[in-house]
Amino acid sequence: MIEFTFWDIVRNLLLAARWTVLLSLAAFVGGAVVGLIVLFFRIAENKWSRRIASGYIALFQGTPLLMQLFLMFFGLPMLGLRIEPWTAAVLGLTFFASAYLAEIWRSGVDALPRGQWDAGASLGLHRLQELRLIILPQAFSITRAPIVGFLVQLIKSTALTSIIGFEELVRTSNAINNATFEPFKVYGLVALIFFVMCFPLTQYARTLEQRAAAH
Amino acid sequence: MAFAWLPGALGDITRGALTTILLIVVTTLVGTLLSILGAAGRRNGPAFLKRAIAVYVEVMRNTPFLVQLFFIFFGLPSLGIRLDPILAAMLAMTLNMAAYTIEIVGAGLDAVPGGQTEAALSLGLRPRQVFIKIVLPQALTVIYPALTSQIVIMMLESAVVSQIAVRELTYEADMLQARTFRSFETYFVVTLVYLLMSMALRRLLVTGGRRVLGAGVS
Repeated sequence: MIEFTFWDIVRNLLLAARWTVLLSLAAFVGGAVVGLIVLFFRIAENKWSRRIASGYIALFQGTPLLMQLFLMFFGLPMLGLRIEPWTAAVLGLTFFASAYLAEIWRSGVDALPRGQWDAGASLGLHRLQELRLIILPQAFSITRAPIVGFLVQLIKSTALTSIIGFEELVRTSNAINNATFEPFKVYGLVALIFFVMCFPLTQYARTLEQRAAAH
Repeated sequence: MAFAWLPGALGDITRGALTTILLIVVTTLVGTLLSILGAAGRRNGPAFLKRAIAVYVEVMRNTPFLVQLFFIFFGLPSLGIRLDPILAAMLAMTLNMAAYTIEIVGAGLDAVPGGQTEAALSLGLRPRQVFIKIVLPQALTVIYPALTSQIVIMMLESAVVSQIAVRELTYEADMLQARTFRSFETYFVVTLVYLLMSMALRRLLVTGGRRVLGAGVS
C-alpha cells in the first residue's frame, strides 16, 4: 500500500480539478454554440422548426444526464466513431448544456416587448439583422443571472463523467479513497474544492439577480 | 440495433422503475416537510439556527449530488454510522432536495402579505395555527410550480444512486447491458422509460396540485 500524506491527497485532487474546470469550460462554450443554433430553431417563424427545437429541449430536460452520457459513450462507437471517455464527456455535456442555454435565452427573447421587433422591422432590418442587432443582445443581457446559475449546475454535473471513466476530480478521489481508506477526508476535500469553484459564481448570480430586480 | 432481449427484461425494468418511484416519493414527502421546517426556522428561529440553515443550504447547493452521496455512503461509516445503500440514497436525496426547496418555500412564505398574519392573530388564532392554517397554504400555492420542477429534477438525478448499488432503474440497466451486451439499446430503452416517468410525474403533480390547492396552479 502506498502512503499518502494529507498534502499528497490535496495535491492530487487539485491536479485532477484542472480537468473538471477544463471540461466545464469546454461544455459551456460548446453548449453556447449548439444552444444558439437550437435557439434559432426555437424562435423561428416556421412552426415545425419551433416544434423540433422544443422536442430537443424537452428530451434533454426530461431524461437523466447519466443516461445521456451512457448513450453518447455506447452510441457513438456504433456509428463507427472511436470514442474515448473525454470525447463522450465533452459531447454529452455540450448537448446537455445546449438544451438548457437555449431554453434560458428563449425566455429572454420572450420577455422582450413586441415593439422591439416592430421597431426593427420599421427600420427596414430583415429578420437576421433584427436578431443580431436588437433582440439577442437584449435577451443575453437580461438572462445573465440564470446563465451563471446554470454554469454552477454544469460544473456540478461534470462529476457524472467520472462514471463513464473520465479522469476528473471525482474519479481521482475514488482512486485515492481506494488507496487510503479515508473517505471522510477525501470526499470532504472534494466537496470543498467544488464549493470553492461554485460558491463565488452562485454569489455572482445572486448579485446579478438583485441588480436586475433593482432596475 | 436488436431488441430481442427486451421481453425478458421487462420484469427487471419494472422492478427498477418501482424502486425509483419509491425513492422519489420518500424524498418528496420528507424533503418538503424538512424544507417547511427549515424555511420557517430560517425566518423565525434563533440566530444560530438561521446561520446553520443558511450554511447548510449553501454547502448543498454548491457541491455535486454524487459527492454528497459518496460522502454519506462511504464517509459516515468511519464515524460509526453504517447505512443500507437504499437508506443512504434516501438520506442523500432528501438532504439535497431540502436545500433547494428551503429556498423555494422561503420565497413562498415571503410572498404572503403580512396583513394575513395580522388578521389571523387579531381573530385570536395562536401563532402556530396562523402558520399552518393561513400562511403555509397560501405560500404552497405560490411556489407549487417551482416545487413540481424540483421534484422532477430530483427524480432524474436519482439515476446517480445506482453508483452505490441501489437497485433502481439505472442499476437494472447496468446489469441488463452487462448480460445482453446490447449497451446502447438497453440505455436507449431505459432513457425512454425515464422520459415517460418524468412526463407522467409532472402531469400527476399538476393535476393533483390543481385539485388540492385550487385553480391557481398551472
